Amino acid sequence: MDDLRRHLIAIGDLDREGIERILETAASFESVQEREVKKVPTLRGRTVVNVFFESSTRTSSSFELAAKRLSADVMSLKASGSSVDKGESLKDTIQTLSAYGPDVVVIRHAAIGAALKTTGYTNAHVVNAGDGKHQHPTQCLLDLYTIREALGRLDGVQVAIVGDVLHSRVARSNIQGLLAVGAQVLLVGPPTLIPRGIEATGVRVSHEIGDIATADVVYVLRMQSERMAEGANYVPSLREYTERWGVTSSRVSPRQIVMHPGPMNRGVEIGADLADSNQSLILRQVQAGLVTRMAVLYDLVTRPYRDTAERPAVEVAA
Amino acid sequence: MHAGSPRVVLDDDALRRTVVRVAHEIVEKNADLTDVCLVGIYTRGVLLADRLRAAIAAASGTMVDVGALDIAFYRDDVTARAADGRQPVVHSTRLDFPIDGRTVVLVDDVLYTGRTIRAAIDALLDYGRPGRIQLAVLVDRGHRELPIRADYVGKNLPTSPQDRVFVTLAGHDAADAITVVGRA
Repeated sequence: MDDLRRHLIAIGDLDREGIERILETAASFESVQEREVKKVPTLRGRTVVNVFFESSTRTSSSFELAAKRLSADVMSLKASGSSVDKGESLKDTIQTLSAYGPDVVVIRHAAIGAALKTTGYTNAHVVNAGDGKHQHPTQCLLDLYTIREALGRLDGVQVAIVGDVLHSRVARSNIQGLLAVGAQVLLVGPPTLIPRGIEATGVRVSHEIGDIATADVVYVLRMQSERMAEGANYVPSLREYTERWGVTSSRVSPRQIVMHPGPMNRGVEIGADLADSNQSLILRQVQAGLVTRMAVLYDLVTRPYRDTAERPAVEVAA
Repeated sequence: MHAGSPRVVLDDDALRRTVVRVAHEIVEKNADLTDVCLVGIYTRGVLLADRLRAAIAAASGTMVDVGALDIAFYRDDVTARAADGRQPVVHSTRLDFPIDGRTVVLVDDVLYTGRTIRAAIDALLDYGRPGRIQLAVLVDRGHRELPIRADYVGKNLPTSPQDRVFVTLAGHDAADAITVVGRA
């Protein structure tokens, strides 16, 4: 078994100390973003490969820019237009790209476990940029970073996660990450979209939108129509969903901050005016994504591994 | 000296006087102090820069600008550090004044191989274009691996490469001292 500390597959791969270390590192990259020269030579001569089998705007662009700001060489591959269109498998695609000797492989895939599987096909550090509805650890880190920056702390912060928890890898990572750093989590949404028994993880569950009133942070999830099984009726209609669980200006108080991982369905899960308001941190999340992903790349490459010497080399076929 | 015996080469009183002397040298060498800023290198260089600033103010009446520089992202051995089992802590660089055209005095505790200073100079140049960069260190222990020298030296300390030099400063450590631990 490969040493999983070499990779970032799920937010649970990091303990609280590890999460806080990455947030600290991310904060130190902020000062780099304010200079005229927005680049540091840290990963000069190293190679980062981004493989996106699933569509992405924020994650792929911020990983690419993050690697560039660290002076790494970056290759970004999107499934459409690559040999994946011709039917090349995950294994063959990763092994082919690994033949170039990358230091880090960033992967997004619609299948749960794709990132973990990838660790077996490459000697590089693997970062999960989203695998189906399983995990999205860097989204969690950037959200923690954003909350900490806005509120000055994470411990004891109350976060209401609203909407389609069932299909959301962001929710899975954020629930784990928030609990790990001492925040309290309330899940709000229709019973069909909240996984049954999730209270066992230490979160609270409510089906009433009014219960978000006590939260410091209202975290709105996207309705993931593309992950809903064909013909499944999770909600009677999007209009009815909006009616009952849509997060609008009238449902939040000015002291609350509002977040959304994007892409938004304006007017469905979040009110358009609220998304553009001062209490919305949605664009701040995007900025945090850049420095947080710089920190993740930096952390993985510099992280000490006690047993690296004994780690068997993965056979890489060209 | 037998193996592992710590030797205090500068106690708190001597260290304080040394800082004052270095401050006077900085004042003497730079006619226009408003042009000068101090930039400490994390961790103890930052504390030393603050002390030098106070000593310069006492000697000249001028409060010079002071900043803090983290060189983690400019190291030439980003992974080598991993061998000791610890992840280096990264601090935030704080340079909230322009450095273009000014005299920047880099401040660090121990000058050894010179690689930290090389990294610091590179980092500084990404923040602007100083007119001049000078270097102030509390201890120069020799064994340079790069052609770098200090403009202001608190104490020249002949060491063997096996020796370990510890600078402790109140505010971060228990007390002020420079200690050498021999290994041979």
